[in-house]
Amino acid sequence: MNYMRTMMVCALSSVSAPTFAQSTATTIYMPDLAELSGAGAVSGTNWRDGIIMAVEELNAKGGILGKKLDVPHIDTQSDAAIARAQTQKVLDNDPYVVLGPVFSGSVLVTMELTRQAEIVEFTGGEAAAITQKNNPYIFRTSFGQQFSMPKIANYVRDGVKAKKVAVVWVNNDFGKGGRDFFTAEMKKRNIDVVADISTESGQVDFAADVVKVKGVNADAIFVYTNEEESARFLREARKQGITAPLIGETTLLSQKVIDLAGPAANGVKGHVGLTAEAPVASFQQFGVKFKQRFNYASDHNAIKGYTAIYAIKYVTEKIGKFDSKLLAKTLHGLTIKPADEAGILLEASWDQNGDIDRQSFLGEVVNGQQKIVEILPKLGAN
Amino acid sequence: MQSFIQLFVSGLATGAIYALAAVGFTLIWQTSQTINFAQGEFVMLPAFFVLAAMDIFGLAFPAACFVGLAASMLVLGVLFKRGIVDFMLPHGVLPLVISTIALSLLLKESVKTFYSSQAQPFPPLTSDIDINILGAIVSVQSVFVLGAAIAAIAALHLFLGHTGVGRQMQATAQNPAVAVLLGIPTKRMIMYTFVINAGLVGLASILISPIYLAKFTNGDSLGLAAFVAAIVGGFNQVRGAIVGGLVLGVFENLSAAYLSSSYRGAFPMILLVLVILFRPQGLLGRVEERTV
Repeated sequence: MNYMRTMMVCALSSVSAPTFAQSTATTIYMPDLAELSGAGAVSGTNWRDGIIMAVEELNAKGGILGKKLDVPHIDTQSDAAIARAQTQKVLDNDPYVVLGPVFSGSVLVTMELTRQAEIVEFTGGEAAAITQKNNPYIFRTSFGQQFSMPKIANYVRDGVKAKKVAVVWVNNDFGKGGRDFFTAEMKKRNIDVVADISTESGQVDFAADVVKVKGVNADAIFVYTNEEESARFLREARKQGITAPLIGETTLLSQKVIDLAGPAANGVKGHVGLTAEAPVASFQQFGVKFKQRFNYASDHNAIKGYTAIYAIKYVTEKIGKFDSKLLAKTLHGLTIKPADEAGILLEASWDQNGDIDRQSFLGEVVNGQQKIVEILPKLGAN
Repeated sequence: MQSFIQLFVSGLATGAIYALAAVGFTLIWQTSQTINFAQGEFVMLPAFFVLAAMDIFGLAFPAACFVGLAASMLVLGVLFKRGIVDFMLPHGVLPLVISTIALSLLLKESVKTFYSSQAQPFPPLTSDIDINILGAIVSVQSVFVLGAAIAAIAALHLFLGHTGVGRQMQATAQNPAVAVLLGIPTKRMIMYTFVINAGLVGLASILISPIYLAKFTNGDSLGLAAFVAAIVGGFNQVRGAIVGGLVLGVFENLSAAYLSSSYRGAFPMILLVLVILFRPQGLLGRVEERTV
């Protein structure tokens, strides 16, 4: 079925009107490949809307170097094969930068194409493997798992004081990568992983998984799934009377999960890479603006998309021209401070692999709201 | 033992939803000898009718449920029968099957376009409390879903077996030509079948959406599960579809918990293959013989 859909997308793309515009004398072409439907729709929609907000702001001020941004949003349907086909299509039109996708499985296939074309790709993906392939054109907008998992592992050891944990993860590139790093970090801290439960992307019934988790009497349960699955798991966990702390990494504490899970989300704790609820004025202002513009509360993916556009703006104005290779070269090792570019919201640095470093947060869900309880410093500051 | 009871009750609740949708498969099969490949989307759509009635018209949840059920019976029952089945069936079964596949895509994309691509929270039908059964904690929600589904199926059984209209519908399904000779208004009976199917999927949608969340892709998994349930139980028997749904729901839960969570998607298919190999008419289905 996926193969058929991919073929149909390719066929339609080849005969339809040129919806993939090119850069012109007055515009600069930066296509966004996002999960606007399918299992990643929550992530992709937030990512897209963050980009829309930044682009509207910049275009209202004249764009970048006098050129308005032309950012079409193209649906990958949360399918890696479709994402690849769409990437090939947009690359034929000489983009300055490719934005997205968010799903790591899609990023791992699109980034090979952008690398061959020597075009910078800003991604929302978090799988560790993305930045471990010596690809000079890939840049993250949030922590990779190799950076976030040690933080959550420290919290499980020091904050929760757990001796044995259960891990519930989604069986895709994102979930598998997170699970591998988390269990390795647990081992380093002599914490036993007493249950290792894989779930499916798009899974709707978590009764069996929760029963298995209950049976091992873990001190904490680490849940690493996508938004909708996280909400369904939380509902089932509360339904079955799970009392052990439910711990997550960013997604589990996101506003969308809280909205979907309702009261079942209360008490969830964990590490949050990005959040509009952080006690940081720029993030909170972003959250208010986003809510006014789109009539829903943003999650971390919206901040990823928004800051990606401003990072591109800052570096492009710094180098003074639209040169994707030079953009990539300049971004490696660069730090952007809010004082230099307000749209970056929080000081961010990119290393030689394209990984990002910035402050992050420990949070918990209280009365249906994410509450930040501690700010963690940049890794580079340790 | 406690875990087993929890899994068993939860599986029965999920299986009851499969059964509601699977019964629709068998009803339509018996009256029009076709498979409605949009049945999964038929279960997905009524939840959005309910949400739209609440969001757009400001109705309270109970009233919105009635509006959702009525809209389902109109759109998925009457309009589906008049607009697609009546139009396509004279051209043969295959064009109708293809039409239902096209309809499933249309419904899915329409919900995505006109409502949302994101999952929507759906109001719970019961309070968020649990009950203790032999030491196992079982949610009232699961018990309610199971009870409501059983009540609906029992009502359908009584209607088909103990009312004049029900018996006329059965006669139409068994032999339409003879039914016409007996003066039964077969066209109207077939219409009733489609409306009943729409009512059942509407109920299934309202029962399952508080747990699954309302999302345009829900029909993918529900449609497949109901199809498997109908084959496992017996495609030509309503009671077979019921048993198939319940067996599948319990089997899914137990296999994911006690065999492997990683291969949970494969177990129902293994069950399906075993049934096709050793009892192709389904657990409760009857063997049909045809002259060739």
